[in-house]
Amino acid sequence: MFKIVSKQKIAPKEFDIWVEAERIAKHAKAGQFVVLRVDDQGERIPLTIADYDKEKGLIRLIFQVVGKTTAAMSCLNVGDSIKDISGPLGTPSEVEKFGTVLMVGGGVGIAALYPIIKELKLAGNKVITILGGRTSDLVIMKEECAKYSDELIITTDDGSEGMKGVVTEAMKMVVERGEKIDRCWCIGPSIMMKFGTKAAAQLGLPITVSLNPLMLDGTGMCGCCRVTVDNKIFFACVDGPEFDGHKVNWDEFMSRLRQYKDEEKISMDKFEAEVGEPSWQ
Amino acid sequence: MAVTFSKWKTPIKEQDPEVRRSNFKEVCLGYSIEEGMKEAARCLQCKTKPCVAGCPVAIDIPSFIKCIREGDMAGAAEVMNKYTNLPAVCGRVCPQETQCEERCTVGKMPGFEPVAIGKLERLVADWKYTQEKTASEKAQAASKGRVAVVGSGPSGLTVAGDLAKKGYEVTIFEALHAAGGVLIYGIPEFRLPKSIVKMEIDAMQDLGVKIECNAVVGKNITMQEIMEEFDACYIAVGAGAPHFQGVPGTTLNGVYSASEYLTRINLMHGYEFPGYDTPTKKSKKVVVIGGGNVAMDSARSAKRLGADEVTIVYRRSLKELPARIEEYHHAVEEGIVFNWLTNPTEYVNNGEGQLCGVKCIRMELGEPDASGRRRPVPVEGSEFFIEADCAIEAIGQGSNKVLLSTFPEMKLNKWGYIEADPKTGATSVPGVYAGGDIVTGAATVILAMGAGKDAAEAIDKYITENKSK
Repeated sequence: MFKIVSKQKIAPKEFDIWVEAERIAKHAKAGQFVVLRVDDQGERIPLTIADYDKEKGLIRLIFQVVGKTTAAMSCLNVGDSIKDISGPLGTPSEVEKFGTVLMVGGGVGIAALYPIIKELKLAGNKVITILGGRTSDLVIMKEECAKYSDELIITTDDGSEGMKGVVTEAMKMVVERGEKIDRCWCIGPSIMMKFGTKAAAQLGLPITVSLNPLMLDGTGMCGCCRVTVDNKIFFACVDGPEFDGHKVNWDEFMSRLRQYKDEEKISMDKFEAEVGEPSWQ
Repeated sequence: MAVTFSKWKTPIKEQDPEVRRSNFKEVCLGYSIEEGMKEAARCLQCKTKPCVAGCPVAIDIPSFIKCIREGDMAGAAEVMNKYTNLPAVCGRVCPQETQCEERCTVGKMPGFEPVAIGKLERLVADWKYTQEKTASEKAQAASKGRVAVVGSGPSGLTVAGDLAKKGYEVTIFEALHAAGGVLIYGIPEFRLPKSIVKMEIDAMQDLGVKIECNAVVGKNITMQEIMEEFDACYIAVGAGAPHFQGVPGTTLNGVYSASEYLTRINLMHGYEFPGYDTPTKKSKKVVVIGGGNVAMDSARSAKRLGADEVTIVYRRSLKELPARIEEYHHAVEEGIVFNWLTNPTEYVNNGEGQLCGVKCIRMELGEPDASGRRRPVPVEGSEFFIEADCAIEAIGQGSNKVLLSTFPEMKLNKWGYIEADPKTGATSVPGVYAGGDIVTGAATVILAMGAGKDAAEAIDKYITENKSK
């Protein structure tokens, strides 16, 4: 059992929790994730490790309510426990002194981007961060990302904060003003990573993305998370989750994400029928 | 010799195929004690005990059968307990026809079936779990040393049980949220009820074995940490990384590895969705590729989830089928269709990323290959199409690199399996032993247990010698 020691709602339908998980905290590195199961009837879902406190033995998880399991998680409070958490899984991000790095994030993907920003900054890089969202209140972790960034650019679709528009426009702006970018990361919804990759191709930037396919065990045992990169099959849980964005087969990746759409709805409808209108979100 | 007993094994009750193909309950219902006593009477009590030589953990088969014959179930359980920690599992899933029962003297007599050793083992184990636990089965405090076991499949459980009985403090590290390895995520409920596996594992915890789940060695505990903390270690992580044939369309929706398909159903209770959260597709037309037990399990599971048509595609013929013959017969009775000498060449996209069928090609058998089996060769121009909304590849598994990639000191063979002494399980790293599928490649439950049994002896010797230095 993994006890929740703090919980905060940080955006509509988005929650930020710290959980006791000593072994995971001890070994976690940026870019890694956990697979968790809320209760005995639960499914196993992957979530990025958004931060960790090695001394206190805590890990931080940030999640958005998108279906039954995340809705059930949002009902847990401080003092409650998550049944199973396995991790840190996946290959850590490649962190070294590259020079100038461009970090692009959106949605809950920002939670996955943040620990990489932090480690890259501590490794001596100049960090330029672009965070995007539909509106201002959906852009999470602004202060924390700012702390480890030399420059933080915010974009919103409705112009409620920062630049009006999407992250790819900010990417273009940074390159056009003459910034020499040595490495670039883009983490967010799959559609954003796909277009981030397209923009990077036009701008001549290398780009690393963190793929979030469906997973089951998360340890290379089943191939549920297989993705095609450079025309070869990889298992995102052990070979990734980070890959060269230019080589990802995006259409296939996005199609595989929709595999259980009908079943996901059945599950959520059942949850709502039992728990009621999810107004807490 | 005057023979006074039946030529045939005492019949055993099974669920009717018409009923069982739509439920996940156990197919074979087991013997009653009376039926068991009757079957036990068929044993000749040979002095030479050829059956024992056929059992990888060398259970004293005639002795426990003699107890059953006399109605002494407790005595039978006591004999069995000396040799095996998983009798309820092995009585169900061992391929007895190529092990103990193959060597049975009765079975050698023309027209006679061997004694049903597996079913008798199962009877004793199931009986034992209905009894109160005795004091000797409860945890003992003594500690001759500390041993870490990585992986809680049959091999790891055997080492743990044997070492606990010898007075060691044993901790099993398991990556998944439940212990049992392939017994819990691979072999379906209808062949091996999970309640039975749980009882055997609980019995082991009563002996003092600790099980830590969600412990991914190499990720949240390193081998370094384990070697500092324990006197010895046994690695039994199995061969769990699925192979894909790699034909076009492998990443289409509706195409699964058998590992994924069976893990969803067994470990995650996908067949009870939405009571359990893990979704499992209810497919209409299913094609399973492969001829092993995993293929049979996948096909029979798909049928139970409500598929109208389940076809097994196998590149060789019935004669070469690696699955247990009992499972093949069960599959046929349940309406599974077999396409012999056939191989898939492509998974076909319906235009929206979903599988709509499998292109196959007929094969013929050529010259024998290195394994001695005749090699299947494609017949040109024999391509045909099977309509399907689900395809499951059950073509084998390989070694998983999660642990081994973080433990470079460990010597591996060219297939990526651990190089270990076949008699003791000793590896290239002193104090670290290995056994089961991670050494041999995918094999049987009982071979993994046999390896565990030998390694437990070797680990006991290693620690005793080290401590006396």
